[in-house]
Amino acid sequence: MATLTRSAGADTVSAANIAVVALLGAVLIFVAGLAQSETLHDAAHDVRHATGFPCH
Amino acid sequence: MLSKLLTSALIAGAAAGLIAALLQLVFVQPVLLHAELYEGGERTHFAAASDHHHGEEPDPEAAPADHDHAAAGHDAPGIGFEAGRDGLSILFSMLVYAGYGLLLVALMALTENRGHRIAPREGLLWGLAGFIGVQLAPAFGLAPELPGMAAADIGARALWWVATVVLTCAALWLIAFGNGWGAWALAIVMALAPHLVGAPHPAEFTGPTPPELAAQFAGRALGAGLVAWTLLGLFAASLWSRARSA
Repeated sequence: MATLTRSAGADTVSAANIAVVALLGAVLIFVAGLAQSETLHDAAHDVRHATGFPCH
Repeated sequence: MLSKLLTSALIAGAAAGLIAALLQLVFVQPVLLHAELYEGGERTHFAAASDHHHGEEPDPEAAPADHDHAAAGHDAPGIGFEAGRDGLSILFSMLVYAGYGLLLVALMALTENRGHRIAPREGLLWGLAGFIGVQLAPAFGLAPELPGMAAADIGARALWWVATVVLTCAALWLIAFGNGWGAWALAIVMALAPHLVGAPHPAEFTGPTPPELAAQFAGRALGAGLVAWTLLGLFAASLWSRARSA
């Protein structure tokens, strides 16, 4: 595991880029699916139920 | 490379989210609307159909005049488009699946850095795994809920949901890409743990929702999710493999 080559060049995606993309995805899912703000909850209500998020 | 990751994920997510929303509106929404009639004897969410004042107390005057009949099952809501409510459903479905798409493409890139190559059609398997991790595994403990169903504290359920999704997805990744029995044993423990601990449930089930509706809703929500997730995987792998080699 510790011997991962770090010199693969253009074919490797940097860890920083992967982290940015993953973080953005997690934030989107939290805002649209889990945040308990009244306005967000009401707007996303049907989608949260239909996609199996715990809702209210 | 960052812009290629983002555009692949967001386009795939928006497309899958749009398909998920259309499936929801045609197959899932009628069941949900029907159940709302039982939640309080009248429609409680978006009761004044297409106004834009979300988050306010519903106006009892705006409830359908014949809600007694409807609650008795004579007038189940059919397919109809309510611009405000259903427009928001389409928007939020695309946002949720864009979030899933971003995480999926990030995991694909992480996996490719370890020497694997993901062909477009392998995306179907990634999507299937995503469905298992994000919808099926949580549903094993907390079935997709209709409005009005009795349920435990929302904070406890949200925590269990997030833990189950993270553990199951990590377990599936270990099964697919881990090396040896150690990784697989760990994966089994991670996948089983949330269900052995158990999802939070209320002390007693006292919701007014008929079990027939709840069962149909759970089946349809999972079915629509399976279609949307496998397509998300296919779209994400196709767009990302094309973008990275361009």
